Amino acid sequence: MRSSAVRAVAILGGLVLWAVFTTVNARVELVNPVLLPTPVEVGRVALDLTASGELARHVLTSLWRVVQGFGLAAVAAVGFGVLVGLCVPLRLMAEPVIELLRPIPPLAFLPMFLVWFGLGEASKVAFIGYTTFFPMFVAIAASVLRIDVVLLLRAAASLGATRADLVRRVMLPAALPGIVVALRVGVGLALFVIVGAEFMGADAGLGHLIMEGRTFFNPAQIVMGALLLGLLGSLVNTLLLAAERRLLGGRAAA
Amino acid sequence: MTTAAGPKIQIQRVAKTFSSGRAPALAEVDLDVAERELVCILGPSGCGKSTLLNIVAGFLAPTTGAVRVDGRVVTGPAPERGVVFQEYALFPWLTVTGNVEFGPRLQSRPAAERRRTVDRYLDLVGLRAHADKLPAQLSGGMKQRVAIARALANNPAVILMDEPFGALDAQTRETLQDELSKIQRVEHKTILFVTHSIREAVYLADRVVVMTSVPGRIKQVFPIKLPEVRDRFAPEFTQYEADITRVVKEEVAKVRE
Repeated sequence: MRSSAVRAVAILGGLVLWAVFTTVNARVELVNPVLLPTPVEVGRVALDLTASGELARHVLTSLWRVVQGFGLAAVAAVGFGVLVGLCVPLRLMAEPVIELLRPIPPLAFLPMFLVWFGLGEASKVAFIGYTTFFPMFVAIAASVLRIDVVLLLRAAASLGATRADLVRRVMLPAALPGIVVALRVGVGLALFVIVGAEFMGADAGLGHLIMEGRTFFNPAQIVMGALLLGLLGSLVNTLLLAAERRLLGGRAAA
Repeated sequence: MTTAAGPKIQIQRVAKTFSSGRAPALAEVDLDVAERELVCILGPSGCGKSTLLNIVAGFLAPTTGAVRVDGRVVTGPAPERGVVFQEYALFPWLTVTGNVEFGPRLQSRPAAERRRTVDRYLDLVGLRAHADKLPAQLSGGMKQRVAIARALANNPAVILMDEPFGALDAQTRETLQDELSKIQRVEHKTILFVTHSIREAVYLADRVVVMTSVPGRIKQVFPIKLPEVRDRFAPEFTQYEADITRVVKEEVAKVRE
């Protein structure tokens, strides 16, 4: 209770600080007031865009891309991650390739995705998928590796577990905490990079909205888009944390 | 029902070589364990005593020879052979109750029966009050009690214990030895117990089997003719300790050479 009160005060304080600073600046013109939009101006942009239905369209477009890209990457990361975590020769082959690809900033490949997949949805979805795959895959493989599978499998087998029991009652629950944490990190990352994917060659989405703000010199729209992304990100994270806690109970990530 | 005529566990000319060309880890071990008997296998580290236990459990296949339980050849792990591991091997996502009823659940026993089983064995190891806790919330000694209850709740024909108290501090270790001895007086299980503690072996065993170092084979068998309830400070107890220590020391010295 008290920590949530502190949070509310902190957020409110930040807003007040922003309001005071920009409003004073509008009077004394320390910098050009257009470059430092006040909360009221940002709110007005948000209201206008909401009224026209534009805002919902942009948010939904972005979210749908995130869902698709992240979904594909999640399926691949869980599949390959568990496989590589369990199978030594596969791990030896995968490791050097991943170590080479991983340090490349995904944005460096963005133009390549546009070349390959064109300006439509496919390039955005693929880019999000590519970006989120590696961190999720690496985290899942590592968490599977960390489980002392042999010992638990032996324990279960001498209690009468069949092969199917071993997968369902030992491997899956053992790998679950690591997988869930990796997926949560992946969703966060997807929301992070969607903007980049929408900066180039998009006609909708929050990234596009922000770029439009630059093109038409509307800083309030840029700030509104950015704040909305922050809000979405923390909302999704809160939801996922709650889901994680429900799913795993009192058990911390193994 | 099986006839109680033959030995419960028969280890027949069991040898194990891990990679061809290397020295065998285990060379021709013959050992019978009678029903209701508790046999301790004792030896220096690396003598293959855990390898032997893993073969009986069905986790490893012997290179030659065979293990029989109730006359049937062991080909893999099975619920007739319960195992208690040094590292506890509890399922961290299950509560104490969930761990203890893991075996009965696999056999699809009805819920009411499962509850009775869990209650009975948690009472036996004194953990009834901790039934809803997760393993991470328990001390090492408590975890091992859960593991013992889990093995017993599955009603195995034999129980295999691989240095079960090896990771515990001296105090807890003796407490658990006391409890196991008490449990054995109630349950009368057939138990094969691997340890490197001579004191532990003399305290618990009906027979102590001392193994040689590499390659492991049986060096000497000591039947322990002490009362069921044992006194660690009785002169007969310390006499056994001294006798066995002498034999074990020869082997430890051999490893050093």
